[in-house]
Amino acid sequence: MSLDTTAPVLNVNGRMVSVGDAPLRRLSDVLREECGARGVKVGCDAGDCGACTVLMDGEAVCACLVPAARAVGAEIVTVEGLDDGIGERLKVAFLRHGAAQCGICTPGMLVSAVALLQRVDAPDEAQVEEALAGVLCRCTGYRKIIAAVCDTGRVLEPVAMPEAGAAIGARVERLDGRHKVDGTDVFGADHWPEGALVVKAVRSPHHHARFAFGDLARWRPEGCAGVWTAADVPGVNRFGVIPPFADQPMLAEGIARFRGEAVALIAFDDGFEDTDLSDFPVTWEPLAESLDEAAGAAAADLHDGRAGNILTQGFVRQGDTTAALAGAAHVATTTISTSYVEHAYIEPEAGAAWMDGETLVVQTCTQAPVMDRDDTAALLGLDPANVRIIATATGGGFGSKLDVSLHPLIGLVALKTGRPARMVYTRTESMQSTTKRHPATMTASIGTDADGRIVGMDFAGDFNTGAYASWGPTVANRVPVHASGPYRTPHYRALGRAVHTNGPVSGAFRGFGVPQAAIMQETLYDRLAEAVGMDRLAFRRLNAYRDGDTTCTGQVIHGVGIVDCLDALKPHWEAALGEAAPAGLARGVGVASCWYGCGNTSLANPSTIRVGLRADGRVVLHQGASDIGQGSNTVIAQICADAAGLPLAAFELIGPDTALTPDAGKTSASRQTYVTGKAAELAGRALRAAVLRHANAGDDARLRLDGGSVVVEDGGDVRRIALDGLPANGFGYVFMGEETYDPPVTPLDENGQGKPYAVYGYGAQMVVLDVDEGLGTVHLRRIMAAHDVGRAINPVLAEGQIEGGIAQGIGLALMEEYLPGRTENLHDYLIPTFGDVPPIESILIEKPDPEGPFGAKGLGEHVLIPTAPAILNAIRHATGAEITKLPALPHRVHAAIRAARGDD
Amino acid sequence: MTSEYFRPTDLDDAMALLAETPCTVLAGGTDLYPATKAQSLAGPVLDLDGIDGLRGIAREADRWRIGARATWTDVLRADLPAAFDGLKLAAREVGAVQIQNAGTLAGNLCNASPAADGVPPLLTLDASVELVSARGARVLSLAEFLIGPRRTALETGEIVSAILVPAASGAGRGDFRKLGARQHLVISIVMIAGRFVMEEGRITFARVAVGSCSATARRLTELEDALIGMAEAPSCSLVAKHVAETLDPIDDVRGSAGYRIDAAVGMVSRMLAETFA
Repeated sequence: MSLDTTAPVLNVNGRMVSVGDAPLRRLSDVLREECGARGVKVGCDAGDCGACTVLMDGEAVCACLVPAARAVGAEIVTVEGLDDGIGERLKVAFLRHGAAQCGICTPGMLVSAVALLQRVDAPDEAQVEEALAGVLCRCTGYRKIIAAVCDTGRVLEPVAMPEAGAAIGARVERLDGRHKVDGTDVFGADHWPEGALVVKAVRSPHHHARFAFGDLARWRPEGCAGVWTAADVPGVNRFGVIPPFADQPMLAEGIARFRGEAVALIAFDDGFEDTDLSDFPVTWEPLAESLDEAAGAAAADLHDGRAGNILTQGFVRQGDTTAALAGAAHVATTTISTSYVEHAYIEPEAGAAWMDGETLVVQTCTQAPVMDRDDTAALLGLDPANVRIIATATGGGFGSKLDVSLHPLIGLVALKTGRPARMVYTRTESMQSTTKRHPATMTASIGTDADGRIVGMDFAGDFNTGAYASWGPTVANRVPVHASGPYRTPHYRALGRAVHTNGPVSGAFRGFGVPQAAIMQETLYDRLAEAVGMDRLAFRRLNAYRDGDTTCTGQVIHGVGIVDCLDALKPHWEAALGEAAPAGLARGVGVASCWYGCGNTSLANPSTIRVGLRADGRVVLHQGASDIGQGSNTVIAQICADAAGLPLAAFELIGPDTALTPDAGKTSASRQTYVTGKAAELAGRALRAAVLRHANAGDDARLRLDGGSVVVEDGGDVRRIALDGLPANGFGYVFMGEETYDPPVTPLDENGQGKPYAVYGYGAQMVVLDVDEGLGTVHLRRIMAAHDVGRAINPVLAEGQIEGGIAQGIGLALMEEYLPGRTENLHDYLIPTFGDVPPIESILIEKPDPEGPFGAKGLGEHVLIPTAPAILNAIRHATGAEITKLPALPHRVHAAIRAARGDD
Repeated sequence: MTSEYFRPTDLDDAMALLAETPCTVLAGGTDLYPATKAQSLAGPVLDLDGIDGLRGIAREADRWRIGARATWTDVLRADLPAAFDGLKLAAREVGAVQIQNAGTLAGNLCNASPAADGVPPLLTLDASVELVSARGARVLSLAEFLIGPRRTALETGEIVSAILVPAASGAGRGDFRKLGARQHLVISIVMIAGRFVMEEGRITFARVAVGSCSATARRLTELEDALIGMAEAPSCSLVAKHVAETLDPIDDVRGSAGYRIDAAVGMVSRMLAETFA
């Protein structure tokens, strides 16, 4: 028997590193914490996500499953070691193809790809899929990753940065991309202040329970630096993204209303964080629980003042729907229910907090730094001026990182102890305690006349908003505005209710309830087209909004591109309908549309951008819009550069950081390209105007940066301004532009009439699939997606949004069902893998919006909306099966096929 | 702590240790690490990694020996006859390459999940399990070894040292199909394995096994008997009769019991149809 008693040494990227004697510690943890290899990302600690993939003697393994002792004597290669020819070519290909979005899975993808490329010079798509299948990505939809790996054999030169004035529309590589492919981007878990305490939360194991603590003062295991409960919360123990509805305690007070709700915090000295908490002195008394929207509406009230557990409701009415449907030639009616959907970003919540004098600093992944600051300050009884939020790179958000999670928890510990504090949620903790997509039970009827024109629609949906409000009011309000789809609906009645239950808190998730409502409307449209005897695409085109139409809220809309999107699909549609299915399978083709208002519903949601020119000739953009992978760091800079007439390459970015960047609002509601982009346009123009004023030049003058000078060319007149001779302002800039933009919207009245959004985006997608009727399995073949983006600021990033949104739509349609207590990990909760996303053809339609910056509209949420209904319509087209409970898991599809055939 | 971690190089030393000290036995780690939220496995742990005698896949006089340390990747790279094709197909569907490079077949058996990918193909190979302890060695059939969900016949101080496949099982061609709700990294709703020997268009030997449809994977022995002598695929109703008599699935998050029965019938029927094609 050999007992290794010498200090172990690991060979990491060719460097020998002595590590602590902890043979059973996960290799991932040792590499991150002792070997400086923080490019090894940890997404699940269970081998489910592959983010921590490293090479061990040339073979790809999940470092989270390898005992450190096994790595002794092996050659370990992490993303940091991929600096040879293959590795560099691969990174360049990833940047070129937009294969890295948020970047959290990128190290695992790159390492897995290198394992393949070391054996196979020029792999085909199937080889890439198999080699990389162990790594999950939630942003890209995988297709651009496959393309990048297949393209590695070619020598790709980096794309040249666009000239001044040519940034918009250019396929610019993401400006923050290099750090992502090098594995050096700093995410929430990647920065630990020296001596930080490790914070753990005690969470409710019950959906609903009364609890009481034992003798907390005496419970002090070794290394425990303190225990805190709701009694220790110094501020108002209620938070929420919509202040009038704020209802969620950071630590529950005597009653836990959902499984995973935090009730106590424990801080440990570094090295004691694995302490067993099973003897923590808390007793639980389970209470009656309600988990779905029907049970919630019938249960005892969870919150005072919310009778019947109705948090709020939204309503839109136009015309006389009852009469319209009574007089319709055809009416289709159905009820559909959907499930909780988990965001499943690969980066669990993580961050650190410390005191900087009187200021509490929280550095974490986030979609909404200023909202985080305000919520954290209120919870902890601080002036918002004494809280600073530094946003790290964010490894996916999709809506759930809008609400505070660990911010006040680590903030409280830092405040109470004066010591830095850090926390990383486990995958299960992340899934249990953060928000979800609302499950919905919806009933609707839509009627047409004999020619196929929609005459009216009646919609009612209950949305399970879980134990606390979060974004429930937004869902209740957004859905009635959008449930018609982008179609003329002269008589309309839509009611959305947010219902409390003891389920997980439902919040924002890419589309705020609209994807669920679109499933309702678009599947009914297929039945109506059939009843009328029309082609399903033509039926949609007939009813689609045109420029100048008035919506169900009485708003006149312009720049409407839905007809253009449907027309772009037409050749693909006709070709697909003519194809035969492979033997033994049933071929189906489906189509669905979307529209989506960009920005908050009828509320102020301003963004401010500051851009300054330094004396050294560099342009500094204070970019406060969180880039969670969607690309705001790049897009906002592109807009600002062209507005200023300065070259993009001269720009440096700062932020988001509440101490350094003005408030650019939150990354949600598909608002950043439009709202912050508009602010960036205005700020860029203001900077330009300041320079032109100084040069006494006309509006058409060209600006050129030349070292520490700006050269102004106005007709034949050339003026050189030496920047270092000019006085700098308080921010250090010799010229500066700072502008705020807030979308011009109006409140909705009691019938939902008003102007809820200033800009809408449109899209239509078409799905070709085969159904195995014997097994109920669905095989996607290809998806065509036409989206009206107004102006494609960056086509690579726009395509990335489309492909990634479609992947999430596929998950919503076919596999994703979060069941609290049962699917709290990434092997029981399924998100699409490499093999589940078919080839996607993106068609960018540019119908300029009169309000958006350079005509641009939002896109981030639109892209997910049509996918699920198009899939369901294709399944029905193939088999006759009508799915009324999502996701369409094989057993549900199988049952629906049998029902359609009358087998049951 | 080092004293909690043992990495012997000799099997006898390992058995002596295990007789003295109850240990968690670590093979590939792909089940043990996911089961803890901690950054370290709790000791004491006996790591089999150092024992060369447990590595690899060897052809012995009358059998194949799949060592306890043999990974799914080892199976994929081994030169094995077509009878093992089902096992190789299963190996390609265990997680993805990261899991295949670390996870072992023996560990898959010891974890004893009703959805263990290795069990149906090993059943069709008439595989048995070699167990060793300080008391000596014994060999159990798979059915004797797997006694229920998450339960095996392993006794205190005992480890699986190898999976044994008799030489006679090298005959014919193996097959495996896994049904899940996504393409990769998926726990099966139903999986099936088969091994068939055909002579002059007729089946002379058949093994059919189904996983994820009962507490442990099961062979459809009556169907196997009925297939002997057949020159064309049996009717779905015959398959359905044997499936219904043998399997006892449950409803869970992945699928309903009734669906599992229907899917198993469909999958087995198709496998048989393609075997005759």
